[in-house]
Amino acid sequence: MTNEIKTLFIDGKEVEFTDEPNLLEVIRKAGMNVPTFCYRPDLTSFGACRMCVVEVEGRGIQSSCTMPPEAGLKIHLNTEKTRRIRKTVLELLLANHDKSCLTCDKSGNCELQQYAEEYGIRKIRYPDKALEDYLPVDDSSPSIVRDPNKCILCGACVRACTEFQGHSVLGFANRGSKTVVQPMNGRPLGQVDCVNCGQCAAVCPTGALTIKSDIENVWKEITNKDKKVVVQMAPATRVAIGEMFGLPAGENSIGKMNAALRRIGFDLIFDTNFSADLTIMEEASEFLDRLKSGQNLPLFTSCCPAWVKYLEEHHPDMLNHLSSCKSPMSMLSPVLAKFVPEQLNISRENLVIVGIMPCTAKKYECKRPELTKDGKADTDYVLTTQELGRMIKEAGIDFNALEPEPNDNPFGEYTGAGTIFGASGGVAEAAVRTAYEFATGESLENVDIKELRGTSNRCRDIELDLKGTKLVVRVVSTLKEAEKSIQDIKSGKAQFAMLEVMACPGGCINGGGQPRSCDNSKTKEIRAQGLYKEDSELSLRKSHYNPSIRKLYNEYLQEPNSHKAHELLHTIYKDKFTGSYKDI
Amino acid sequence: MSVENPHKIDVSKLDEIIESYGAKKSNLIAILQKVQEVYRYLPEDAMIYIGTKIEGLSPATVFGVATFYAQFSLEPKGKYEIKVCDGTACHVRGSMPVLNAIRAKLSMPEGQLTSENGLFSLETVSCLGACGLAPVVVINDKVYPQMTSDAITIVLDTLMKEEA
Repeated sequence: MTNEIKTLFIDGKEVEFTDEPNLLEVIRKAGMNVPTFCYRPDLTSFGACRMCVVEVEGRGIQSSCTMPPEAGLKIHLNTEKTRRIRKTVLELLLANHDKSCLTCDKSGNCELQQYAEEYGIRKIRYPDKALEDYLPVDDSSPSIVRDPNKCILCGACVRACTEFQGHSVLGFANRGSKTVVQPMNGRPLGQVDCVNCGQCAAVCPTGALTIKSDIENVWKEITNKDKKVVVQMAPATRVAIGEMFGLPAGENSIGKMNAALRRIGFDLIFDTNFSADLTIMEEASEFLDRLKSGQNLPLFTSCCPAWVKYLEEHHPDMLNHLSSCKSPMSMLSPVLAKFVPEQLNISRENLVIVGIMPCTAKKYECKRPELTKDGKADTDYVLTTQELGRMIKEAGIDFNALEPEPNDNPFGEYTGAGTIFGASGGVAEAAVRTAYEFATGESLENVDIKELRGTSNRCRDIELDLKGTKLVVRVVSTLKEAEKSIQDIKSGKAQFAMLEVMACPGGCINGGGQPRSCDNSKTKEIRAQGLYKEDSELSLRKSHYNPSIRKLYNEYLQEPNSHKAHELLHTIYKDKFTGSYKDI
Repeated sequence: MSVENPHKIDVSKLDEIIESYGAKKSNLIAILQKVQEVYRYLPEDAMIYIGTKIEGLSPATVFGVATFYAQFSLEPKGKYEIKVCDGTACHVRGSMPVLNAIRAKLSMPEGQLTSENGLFSLETVSCLGACGLAPVVVINDKVYPQMTSDAITIVLDTLMKEEA
């Protein structure tokens, strides 16, 4: 089909459209809107909630999310009939809903609450949900809380799990009024092969799937006078946190974030970008070693805890491909644990390390037994970007009025290579910048490897020339794409030497812990551009030029992949193949 | 997700069933029907196995299909599957007294699917399409027309004697 411009009429106004998949997109493009719970532009249309109904002349009532646009259609968004249908839908949903809104985690962000308010629902004609119909809340997962009493069965989470991650941990069960969304046979989410990516919570319109909060735990530590609380924040958080305070997506708020964290009471503020640089030192060296020996290729990146868990549980035979490098967060924490107590003259027990992450799976990662020392977790708590935003509000800080502040040294210094870790393709680009110079001994003039960038294409192959040695780097986002690449390797079709995987579509900038953006598929690209902008503005853009990193190697680690580096910065993976036919 | 195997699921048998229909998502219902025929219900482990073996499915998805259709049972059914028709015609001709007589005879309170000795399972169905024979009871594939409390008791007595 060509991109021929056609027109239709919305409320009497002639509106142009080309290849929009449905009426709802045409309506939104024209600057108008209809309410919806189940429509998410990055997922397939489902037509479940019936909120987006419009009146089409000659065709009656249609759900705009499932009807393809046609030239000449005359549609009406706001008629007596559509209003009545939407109100009835809301009343029916509310009648069956746990209406404890004031204490709900989603309060203020809930689409059901929002529409009930907008449509002036004051009285519900139907009886309330009976007490005996309440189902238990599942908080077994380290990342996600599932409250079936707040589920409206829009199916967004089921589609996210299937279409992004490809393995449908959540599914519909039962039928009619007994329908629920749950893992296999109602098992606790913490005991199935959920990778904790949080995309289900990111698309959930209500409080049925929410992020497990660690805010209270962190406040407690901050208030404790004996404890020193240090914090690190992931690259992707800085270009999204502002959205919670009305700033545009993609605006780099790192300075304000530093200031806000100090006001909240964190004692030292470091940056995960520093350890992203550290990751590159180790991972680029590991990659070159593998290229030399020809073993365990392709190399899989290991920054994404959802991907690591997926591989351990579904393809333990491929674990030898996974880089032994810890994720940047889990590299920085043991470094802090080693050096900060001395610096502050406190014991390790009194040092609390907090990570601010765009990611719900990091809450799982910090509990991995492999990432503990002497029984103490390397990273004590992980807060998502959303949770930090909430803490800033709770502390009464006027985020927009904050003067930008620098972070603390030495573990706050970073290069542009560290900052682009937050976008799909960023880890590979950072690794190539360093690997090229390590391998060739020459300076890489053009550091912008634009072919590796982009959030919409979830699988890209890029051929690189390491001074005569040609190799292919593959970048994928979503585990569904990762699975296809694994099948390529198993069937011998794979030509790539490195596979970068991020489980969230578009990478960490679109992580499950980021401020809500599921109604706008462009937000992730804008956030990614924010990171590439910071990269382009920094004077140092290759990890191995980071002066603090060089100092760390000179004074302690000696060289990449040294014994000390392995002790501190590398990890092991375990065969966790479960929930599958091998067990039976 | 650790999986115990109290049912001694025979994986090779499942493989055989899956292969016979083709390991495709669209064949799921046929595969589940066959599995139920073999085990007289759908064991959880079998659903997990099918959900992980066939591309595009997952245990949760298979469970969703199994719980959507009334024809699938997640509990073991008896050797004799008793279906009491409670469609409109059977209902007005007295299917309820027949049902109660079966419950009394087998000591099965309402809500219990299978008798204690595992021989009989009992369910009502909405219409068997044999309204002229109302009230109808079907045991396995045999149709018992125009049932009464006394008649069904004799039928059950005969079956129990055979099993004794």
